[in-house]
Amino acid sequence: MARYIPPEQNKAGQVLDIAVVVVAIFVALWLPLKLGFAGAAKSIDALDAKTWDALGQNATMASIWEKLGYTPETAHDIIQNRFHYIIDWPTLIIMAILLIAYFVFLFRASDKEYREVINEKFDDK
Amino acid sequence: MTAAVETGQTVIHGDRVSLLRVLGPAHVWALGVGIVLVGEFTGWNFSADKGGALAALIVCWIVGLLYTSVAMIDSEVTSTVAAAGGQYAQAKHIVGPLMAFNVALFLVFAYTMLEVSDAILLGDTIVAKAGVEGLTHNSFIAATIVVLAWLNYRGVLMTLNVNFVITAIAYVSIVILFFSVSPWTQGAVLKLNELVTPGNALPYGWIGVIAAFQFGIWYYLGIEGTTQAAEEVRSPARSLPYGTMAGMITLLIAAAMTWYVCASLMPWEYLGITYYPLWDAGKLTGSPLLENLLFIATLLAALASANGCINDAARAWFSLGRDRYLPSWFSAVHPKYRTPYRSILFLLPIALAFAFIADLNQAITFSILSGVLQYTFMSINIMMFRKKWPLGTIRRGYTHPFHPLPAIVLFCLCMVTFFAIFLGFGSQLIAMTVFYFLISLWFHFYRYKFVRRGDQFSMPWPKPQGY
Repeated sequence: MARYIPPEQNKAGQVLDIAVVVVAIFVALWLPLKLGFAGAAKSIDALDAKTWDALGQNATMASIWEKLGYTPETAHDIIQNRFHYIIDWPTLIIMAILLIAYFVFLFRASDKEYREVINEKFDDK
Repeated sequence: MTAAVETGQTVIHGDRVSLLRVLGPAHVWALGVGIVLVGEFTGWNFSADKGGALAALIVCWIVGLLYTSVAMIDSEVTSTVAAAGGQYAQAKHIVGPLMAFNVALFLVFAYTMLEVSDAILLGDTIVAKAGVEGLTHNSFIAATIVVLAWLNYRGVLMTLNVNFVITAIAYVSIVILFFSVSPWTQGAVLKLNELVTPGNALPYGWIGVIAAFQFGIWYYLGIEGTTQAAEEVRSPARSLPYGTMAGMITLLIAAAMTWYVCASLMPWEYLGITYYPLWDAGKLTGSPLLENLLFIATLLAALASANGCINDAARAWFSLGRDRYLPSWFSAVHPKYRTPYRSILFLLPIALAFAFIADLNQAITFSILSGVLQYTFMSINIMMFRKKWPLGTIRRGYTHPFHPLPAIVLFCLCMVTFFAIFLGFGSQLIAMTVFYFLISLWFHFYRYKFVRRGDQFSMPWPKPQGY
């Protein structure tokens, strides 16, 4: 197999590629934050009666909350801020398809590139 | 291809100056445990938020199994493919260039976001301790990231010597806390029976246990970073498996002690949201000595972790440049300090930027996502490694037992963790997978043309079976 000679990349091309990578990193990590996609999906189940008992705290728990500087009123939003695990099937299916498609593409495209690497490496000998 | 020549501690590839081989097993342990130990000081406790205190314990052990599989698999492959970049070099030799490119990005994101989390933790801890009105964490975050980047710029040996000392101090503080609260008796200081009751142990039921896997990863995330130093270790076949396995045992013990003390000292609702559970545990013992010790240990653990993360992320980025997967400008080694200084400097502003715009659990989730993608790769990678080069066809520094059981366990636990991330953080998972997909297309259809094909395979192995 003929040895593959890659093109030399000029400085402008290198700078452009660095810029693409930087932009991609910021889009991937910053955009979910900006659009509110990142972070926990929780909500507060508000209670009318804000007492340790109503918040489900026994005497030992209540004494620790108080040692940490909380009252039933200030602890309410912490204790009642809960996850609600309802499986959103369409989103779950989209996520599964996306992950499978990503890994299938990764392994198939990698294998194609790997065969070129192996052919060049071992056919030279 | 240029031939590698070893001259004492310096490795010279043709006319290129390379990294120094100066590290031993203790440095490998310090790199792995140093990165991870901060997970005991913050982050693991968010698993209590997702599933309750008992769920945090269950995932501590099950995720420990996941990481034991990671350590076993990694030790075999890395002791055979000893090159900077760790899993990146493994992917390059076993799966192919595109996978290697992705794995390097997983590593860079996992470590850079972990570094960001560490800096946020350090800044918030200092601000909380100072208790001064109007004081923000920004200056502490900036100082942490810049000073540690400078330390990494100056040299790997000094960096990891510092890590060894501060990691050891942080670890000892957990042991001191554990034995100071009379762990063998309940009621005096620890009140586990009154805080974790049948009614609140699993507040969300078993789905909460699955959801808790996400932050259970944080108990151990980063132990695989030991392999990043493969090119700078004096004896990779001995030091890497020894340092990684010793690190894993160390962390399992620390995780169990941390859960027991924290769950016995604070209600699960508070445990699930605090940024510094061990420091809070120190406060709740009523001992000023323990409180101050755990405060200092929290800072040291965050410093050690950030320090190791800069080391690892820079080496993964450096490897991408050296193989021309990214512009070769990144592959420069400092002529005096022998460090990948351009990669260190390039990643510095990225870490700074995200430290200012993300909060702690968002940064942690970014890091966990990249970590789990990487572990999924590792479970498939070891199967391909054994198939392409069966035992006896090449010299392995270490051969892990019970193959393919660890790989199957790892793969299954990764699937559970993806589902756990979906429960509460699904949009973030989809957004990041889309990013990795798009950047993979960019690499495969554009950037790969700059890569020298045959040079990607540098190990002195026979042709893989099936090719």
